[in-house]
Amino acid sequence: MKRRDIIQKIGFSALFACMAANILFLGGIIFFIAARGLGAISWEFLTQAPRDSMTAGGVAPAIVGTFYLTLGAIIFALPLGVACAVYLTEYSPKGWIVNVLRISINNLAGVPSVVFGLFGLTVFVKYAGFGVSILSGSLTLGILALPVIISASQEALAAVPQSIREASLALGATQWETIRKVVLPASLPGILTGVILSVGRVAGETAPILFTAAAFYLKGYPHSIFSEVMALPYHIYALMTEGTHPEIQTRIAYGSSLLLLALVLSVSMLAIFIRARQRKTYNA
Amino acid sequence: MPNVDYDVRIKTEGPRPPLVRGPVALNMNSLGEADVFGAEPKISARCVNFYYGSKRALNNISIDFSPRRVTSIIGPSGCGKSTFIRLLNRMHELVPGSRLEGEILLDGMDILSPACDAAELRKRVGMVFQKPNPFPKSIFENIAYGLEVNGFTGRNLIEEKVVDSLKKAALWGEIKDRLKDSALGLSGGQQQRLCIARCLAVSPEVILFDEPCASLDPISTAKIEELILELKKDYTIVIVTHNMQQAARVSDQTAFFLMGDLIETGRTDRIFKAPRDKRTEDYITGRFG
Amino acid sequence: MNRKKERLIKYLFTALAFSSLVFLIGIVLVLFKEALPIFSRVSLHDFLLGESWYPTAEPPEFGILPLILASLWVTLGALVICVPLGVGSALYLHELAGPRQRALLKPVIEILASVPSIVYGFFGMVILAPFLQNAFDLPIGLCALTTSIILGVMATPTVASIAEDALSYVPRSFREASFAVGADRWQTLTKVIIPAAGSGISTAIILGMSRAIGETMTVLMVAGGSAVIPHSVFDPVRPMTAAIAAEMGEASVGSDHYHALFAIALILFLITFVFNIAAELISRRFRLKLGLSR
Repeated sequence: MKRRDIIQKIGFSALFACMAANILFLGGIIFFIAARGLGAISWEFLTQAPRDSMTAGGVAPAIVGTFYLTLGAIIFALPLGVACAVYLTEYSPKGWIVNVLRISINNLAGVPSVVFGLFGLTVFVKYAGFGVSILSGSLTLGILALPVIISASQEALAAVPQSIREASLALGATQWETIRKVVLPASLPGILTGVILSVGRVAGETAPILFTAAAFYLKGYPHSIFSEVMALPYHIYALMTEGTHPEIQTRIAYGSSLLLLALVLSVSMLAIFIRARQRKTYNA
Repeated sequence: MPNVDYDVRIKTEGPRPPLVRGPVALNMNSLGEADVFGAEPKISARCVNFYYGSKRALNNISIDFSPRRVTSIIGPSGCGKSTFIRLLNRMHELVPGSRLEGEILLDGMDILSPACDAAELRKRVGMVFQKPNPFPKSIFENIAYGLEVNGFTGRNLIEEKVVDSLKKAALWGEIKDRLKDSALGLSGGQQQRLCIARCLAVSPEVILFDEPCASLDPISTAKIEELILELKKDYTIVIVTHNMQQAARVSDQTAFFLMGDLIETGRTDRIFKAPRDKRTEDYITGRFG
Repeated sequence: MNRKKERLIKYLFTALAFSSLVFLIGIVLVLFKEALPIFSRVSLHDFLLGESWYPTAEPPEFGILPLILASLWVTLGALVICVPLGVGSALYLHELAGPRQRALLKPVIEILASVPSIVYGFFGMVILAPFLQNAFDLPIGLCALTTSIILGVMATPTVASIAEDALSYVPRSFREASFAVGADRWQTLTKVIIPAAGSGISTAIILGMSRAIGETMTVLMVAGGSAVIPHSVFDPVRPMTAAIAAEMGEASVGSDHYHALFAIALILFLITFVFNIAAELISRRFRLKLGLSR
């Protein structure tokens, strides 16, 4: 074998090793959590509130809380995000505006999540007077979800062929009618992907709700958007750092982690599946 | 039945026909000239079939390329001419799911056998592509690249070879002061000659041109054609072109492909003056294509 | 009438489109407004380079050098893991994986990138930390090393997926040109494709770094929380994000401690802002270099 063949062989083996290590590490984490968490999950775990200073019972209020927070965030971010994407792709403004907006969207996507938490604390909790509540938490998480929804929607809108727009305009439709009746319906699956991806992201976030929405322990379920809530990710954190019975509570934390992981992974799998199918349609 | 000037009779069905090696028998045309060139062929393709997946792209192609001659391959778009020359240095292997049958010989050696190393082969059979494709590196590095990957060391030797190749590619005069500049700053025609220089630097024996002038203006095209005529003194050249005038200007031998078949091949003057096949005649007189 | 409506709708969309810019500016304003009061107490110099962080002592000390160094250490440690693994995986996907493997592995990596940080933190706390504690015979498993490993593994899918995108933008013609002069696949990869995608790959690394330095829950759980200048990788540390998350709940609103935490957030924001702008500029140069419009 020649020298360069040997180098190639070594190089390719190294690349394979990187890929394998990558999959192994991440797969290992999921495997460990699944293996140890499965035992904790039961019907009672899913449907009951915690009891006996969080050493027994279930995590139902945390599940409900995460659901409310995520729903609120999407209700806030979806219209804003889609409007922004429509503006950027359909109303084709001047070059520098697009650049400024793109840079601000990219930067917003890169802001550390704890900074969002501080922003939410100052603006929503204190300045607007919403207090530590579902509303404050949802708004904070919504800002965090915004860049995800914008970029997915932009991709979806850009994939709609120009000829369809021209066909509609040529029939005498105005620009808004074209957008509303032709472009948006055609890009719906892509926008949906963005929404689902952001659900995955929002549901797993902890830092932004630390100071804006999350409660360590609540007796019952929240009754208004101004109530504090328990949330699944924060529940894990609380059990591990502020718990009083480490052994039992670690078991509950395993169960909660598995639940969160299953939720987030299945949601992002769904999004990726929809996107793959949609890309296939456009490429065909 | 393709009207080839070879003494090869091809059966489309049944067992594989015997492969003929060496120079094929001379066919005389109506003017009494030998239709192919007497020398031992540099490259011979024998009964080549090529498939993309289950789709057959080339049918039973057999053709010889004589040393230090220019052969042009003409035909309408999609006739398989580009597909065919990519087989000659095994560039088709970059497309997954393709399959090749038959034999391609370079100086009598089967280039398709597993014993033949693709990288070694491509060193001997260089290629210039449809669109100029310089690397995003400096002019110097672009040409030195081929030398480096083939194990040349020594700054002086490499420099010498770079200058030599640029001179051979008729580019030296224009760019000798900007060797360190990015190759992407050159004009399209200059980029294409740079790609030719890059190919020459590794001292190939055969150069394949895949529509080298397709994206160039007439003046750049004329320069490339001049260069090809110059290069044929030292190299065996195969050029794919959709431009019949170009084929007539630069080549000694012409092959006409249609829908994956080799319809006719022979001396360029003969093909253009007295095509034997009706389809060749129709194509060169502009009735289709 | 119709024209008027169209114009109104366009203005509405324009206004909504600027929301992300408004939020970004809002974040900057809030951070500055809440951070500035601390600098009437401590000079910027003492704040950034002060070596002790005792915000609740009497008198309090607000030197965040230990926190900055902690963030730096764990981020650099994470890079040691996520750069080779992430870029290596991207190269594997690009060069070696067949179409079927790619179709499977690419989405798998993307899905793994969505694992919540709290889950990584939990894993680090209950499995990795005890394991490392045993393996290296440490007094405590929650330390800079554990944090770096977890952050590195966490950032790997991000780096891999962005780097793979950058590789896929490299035109096929470069490959062909390289093969045509007799290069083999490894030479083509290392001498043509990687240099051509180089700035795209650095964008991936910068964004991975940005993710690691801004990560909160993981470091809060596994870094160990000690706000002292680290001397070895086995020291427990308190990175900036962990300090904010852990102490904000206890700092009373309007106190010096509260403002100091906002000042830390401001510095963190500026660091990630610089990273993101750098990534943006580099990736724009990358597109220009390869002659891509988008």
